[in-house]
Amino acid sequence: MRTQPIDQVAAGLAPETKAAVYEGSKIGHEKRTKLLFDHYGDPDRLRTLAGEIKQHVVENLDTYLPAVEASLVANGVRVHWAATAEAACEAVHSILKARGARKLVKAKTMVSEEIELEGYLKARGIEALETDLGEFIVQLDHDHPSHIIKPIIHKNRRQIAELFERNGLGAYDDEPGMITQRARQFLRHKYLEADAGLTGANFVVAESGRLVIVTNEGNSRFCLAATRCHIALVGIEKILPRDRDLALFLNLLARSGTAQQLTVYNEFILGPRAPGQPDGPEEMHVVFVDNGRTEVLATECRDILRCIRCGACLNVCPVYRQAGGHAYRSVYPGPVGAVLSPLLLGKRFPEKADLPKASSLCGACNEVCPVNIPIPDLLLRLRDKAHVEGVKSPGTPPMGAWAILATQPVAWKAALLGGRLLNHLPTGLIPIPALRAWESKRDLPPWRGGEFRKWLKMRRKQPGKGQSPPD
Amino acid sequence: MMLNSGRIPVSGRRVQLMATCLCDAFHDDVAAATVQVLEHLGCDVAFPEGQTCCGQPAFNGGDWAASRRVVRHTVRTFSGSDPVVVPSGSCAAMLFHGAALEFEHEGDLGEVEGLGRRTWELCDFIVNGLGVSSWPGRFDSAVALHRSCHTRGTASGEAAATLLGSIAGVSLVEFGEAEQCCGFGGTFSVGFPNISAAMGDLKLDHVRAARPDVLVSGDTGCLMHLSGLAAREGIKVRTMHLAQVLRDALGRPA
Repeated sequence: MRTQPIDQVAAGLAPETKAAVYEGSKIGHEKRTKLLFDHYGDPDRLRTLAGEIKQHVVENLDTYLPAVEASLVANGVRVHWAATAEAACEAVHSILKARGARKLVKAKTMVSEEIELEGYLKARGIEALETDLGEFIVQLDHDHPSHIIKPIIHKNRRQIAELFERNGLGAYDDEPGMITQRARQFLRHKYLEADAGLTGANFVVAESGRLVIVTNEGNSRFCLAATRCHIALVGIEKILPRDRDLALFLNLLARSGTAQQLTVYNEFILGPRAPGQPDGPEEMHVVFVDNGRTEVLATECRDILRCIRCGACLNVCPVYRQAGGHAYRSVYPGPVGAVLSPLLLGKRFPEKADLPKASSLCGACNEVCPVNIPIPDLLLRLRDKAHVEGVKSPGTPPMGAWAILATQPVAWKAALLGGRLLNHLPTGLIPIPALRAWESKRDLPPWRGGEFRKWLKMRRKQPGKGQSPPD
Repeated sequence: MMLNSGRIPVSGRRVQLMATCLCDAFHDDVAAATVQVLEHLGCDVAFPEGQTCCGQPAFNGGDWAASRRVVRHTVRTFSGSDPVVVPSGSCAAMLFHGAALEFEHEGDLGEVEGLGRRTWELCDFIVNGLGVSSWPGRFDSAVALHRSCHTRGTASGEAAATLLGSIAGVSLVEFGEAEQCCGFGGTFSVGFPNISAAMGDLKLDHVRAARPDVLVSGDTGCLMHLSGLAAREGIKVRTMHLAQVLRDALGRPA
């Protein structure tokens, strides 16, 4: 039996990379747990409440989207709707083109990765520079992020110092302080030269049109301080109903994502620079990106649209820890990605139908999720979807013969007895691929099919005899 | 958040034993121990002969149509109103949670949910079903309790710890990253053998560092995976199912 693609990646992962991913995610998880339970008596209640609020938004997007648009427009923001990745890229490009902009500074946004904005703009002569340290390193290395909030979790400081040296950012020095300082020096000038700043948004509030961006480096603030045009790329599911919901969500996001009480920089943006304000962009655009989300909304997996991109499920996931983010071949890796990435493909779902199988269904992802998404249930739904649609992927034992046995007690009992042949077969000759795959890593215990039933019958014939079955 | 809320309270001492397919095929002594434990509690244990499997392999494997056929067979086999007790958190969760998911658009969802509401994992049944929270006898061992993943969101993990902790001679030992999965995961273990084994090795490392006399779990699947890995790698780890510990304690004066 061939093993699954993600298992093959994990088997071939360099020990250095595996160690970096494992340690990074383990520490992230442990700090998160401590902080949440130190601060809150019953964090599960907060997770449940946040999940209910986000589910309410997802199920009422048809009213929240016009509401948020009206609030944004009232604040002087220009709102654009992009149904596809291509349309989102075009929207950004046309805003930049109208201003004659050639240089864009970017804060971290997963949606821009999703729509592959950098390449689109580059082909049209516009430089889009990443200013988040992790994303900057990824861009410099022509690499891809391997974690939603820690894009370079798969790299260690030696690799980063070498990368900086190769790119003329200074002689080899792997002190984290020095790495940060060098990136900062390089980026400072870029902020001043830029024509426009692009960000994502962690939340957009429907009642006020308030855009909320959180960072730990303050880079999104720099992106907006010196530029005259702010473009925000926002997934249509990022809406919160009320400003007061932010209290709950900002507390949960920071603790779940980075184990902080609050992210260092929290920006609340109510529109472009108003008359009398000393600085800030004079023009502000919000591009709402669908790119498959309304199709997800139409499925029974719509709960995944609650996700606030904290990365806690990646950190706790034993499969992610072994395989790393690149194994998922997607912008969104880990448990949330295993659900979202195949769904966002729409009709091309079969290309990533193997991802939902990359889980032991241990449920740890659901346990840590700040919006309580039942990720294991969604993974299971997608496995069934793949099967119903006839998508083949390796490593899934066929279940037809088993189902026949398991619905016919006479055949089942015969198989229990017949299975004893296994005890006399060398591993390589076992006629069942799944058992051979089991034996590739583990011993199989002796087959004792039927022994319990025999013991029970004897016991019932001789009441009072409590002996164990014979060995 | 309890996955198995809304269960029917236990009245009387008649129970039906679901032995599980793994005990039927490999671990007969776990099923036997379950019978002995339940009988010690004064239960009248019925064993429906037609039982096979709870349907989980196909449910997890993504073949829900095949799984539903097996679940329907199980619903018919465990008819009546007596509680169904199963020495596995995994099979229990299949019946009170998984089956409802795959039957949500089926006409017989009601019957499937009905079985789920009277299905209990063994320790959960003893502590929360029967209200018994201390166990007699003696078991002189340092015990590492692996709370299998299917006890997340259920009362089984706490119930197991309560029972074990109450036995004279038992000392529970903590081990690192206890919340992490052992890597079994049913069909996952054969589709992802490398990741599965790496997860199991981590679990074994943590458990061995805590130097228990025995590694105990309420799920045969986890134990089969961990002991199979240990055997292959030449590592000595003694494993026992919770039912076996409870049964063995009974034979010894406290």
